[in-house]
Amino acid sequence: MNAVVEVTGLSKRFKDVVALDDVSISLHENTIHGLLGRNGAGKTTLMQLLTGQDFPPHGTVRVFGQHPVENAAVLRRICFIKESQKYPENFTAGHVLRSASWFYEGWDQGFADQLVGEFRLPLKREIKKLSRGQLSAVGVIVGLASRAPLTFFDEPYLGLDAVARQLFYDRLLEDYAEHPRTVVLSTHLIDEVANLLERVILIDQGRILIDDEAENARRAATTVAGRADAVDAFAAGREVLHRSGLGGLSAVTVRGRLSAQDRAAADAAGLDLSPVSLQDLVVRTTSGTDRKEVA
Amino acid sequence: MDEGKPIFVQIAEQIENDIISGALPEEGQVPSTNEFAAFHRINPATAGKGVNRLVDAGVLYKRRGIGMFVAEGARARLIEGRRERFQDEYLGPLLAEAAKLGIDRQQLITMLEKGKNA
Repeated sequence: MNAVVEVTGLSKRFKDVVALDDVSISLHENTIHGLLGRNGAGKTTLMQLLTGQDFPPHGTVRVFGQHPVENAAVLRRICFIKESQKYPENFTAGHVLRSASWFYEGWDQGFADQLVGEFRLPLKREIKKLSRGQLSAVGVIVGLASRAPLTFFDEPYLGLDAVARQLFYDRLLEDYAEHPRTVVLSTHLIDEVANLLERVILIDQGRILIDDEAENARRAATTVAGRADAVDAFAAGREVLHRSGLGGLSAVTVRGRLSAQDRAAADAAGLDLSPVSLQDLVVRTTSGTDRKEVA
Repeated sequence: MDEGKPIFVQIAEQIENDIISGALPEEGQVPSTNEFAAFHRINPATAGKGVNRLVDAGVLYKRRGIGMFVAEGARARLIEGRRERFQDEYLGPLLAEAAKLGIDRQQLITMLEKGKNA
């Protein structure tokens, strides 16, 4: 698997807050990645460094094998769609799409036109008069129609309704299948995108907790439920991510993939095993308290 | 979909079910990986993994440049395999649940007879 992006030992600090803490990851070519984590986890900081908007203070960043900062050859191949995108005064959505069509080599005007219709985007209205959802649609259309070899979507759907979000996911999958490229989807709506992802990167308080295939991440934890004494016996010696109880019953989420013997033992003890969804895994592994403040 | 199994396994099982039911006939063409991905709203790599599992098992075969087809004899082999697993996957849990509820052998047989006539 070719790496489109390689990051080693990347750290960044804002005053007394560690935004990224010794991050080493690679993004695989022609793969859809989910970049997951809570607000302030470091997702946007990481994407800003990968898209050359800042020099890495510590560590190295290589995109298509090169430094991204002020590197036109690299930046032309990157599309970064962010929630807080600013546009020039008096720009209309039509102006934005036309500018994008000049910038991106892979731009598909037919696809852009189709998306404008599907998202019902008014092209002649000034950007500042668009609704929040229409503004997000502008970003989504640019991100899809640009067909950039490396495309970042940073919370691209603020204000988009469920229909529009599903449209985004469907068009992303279809177009990715026809025109494979590297995609990074940063989102809080994990359940909605879980099946779209091939790899998952989970970041918390600046550190990478998971960097794995989505299928492995889905099996990274299991919930064990049943009589409290049996559950406790099963969970002994395992890393417990979450625990809840009701009367004599207990449910415990343990980390690690269970072996066939584990499953047989659980079965014999009358315990129910259930997989933990990606969203629950993220909630369970990142719901600890803050450790970011540096003394 | 059943959350307990990896998605690519569920995709493979669904294709198997369609072959067993006859919805996908032998020597008939099956949808492409991308079509499966779009239909189930999953990553194409995941769909590909499910399809390849069946190619490896000889259930599907590729014709270069044309697509994917159901192998001759696939249906009979799938049914044979499912029958072999029927005891473990269906009867085992059924007997365990019956034992838990105190349903004895005679009562089970009565239920089976009733079920057959339903």
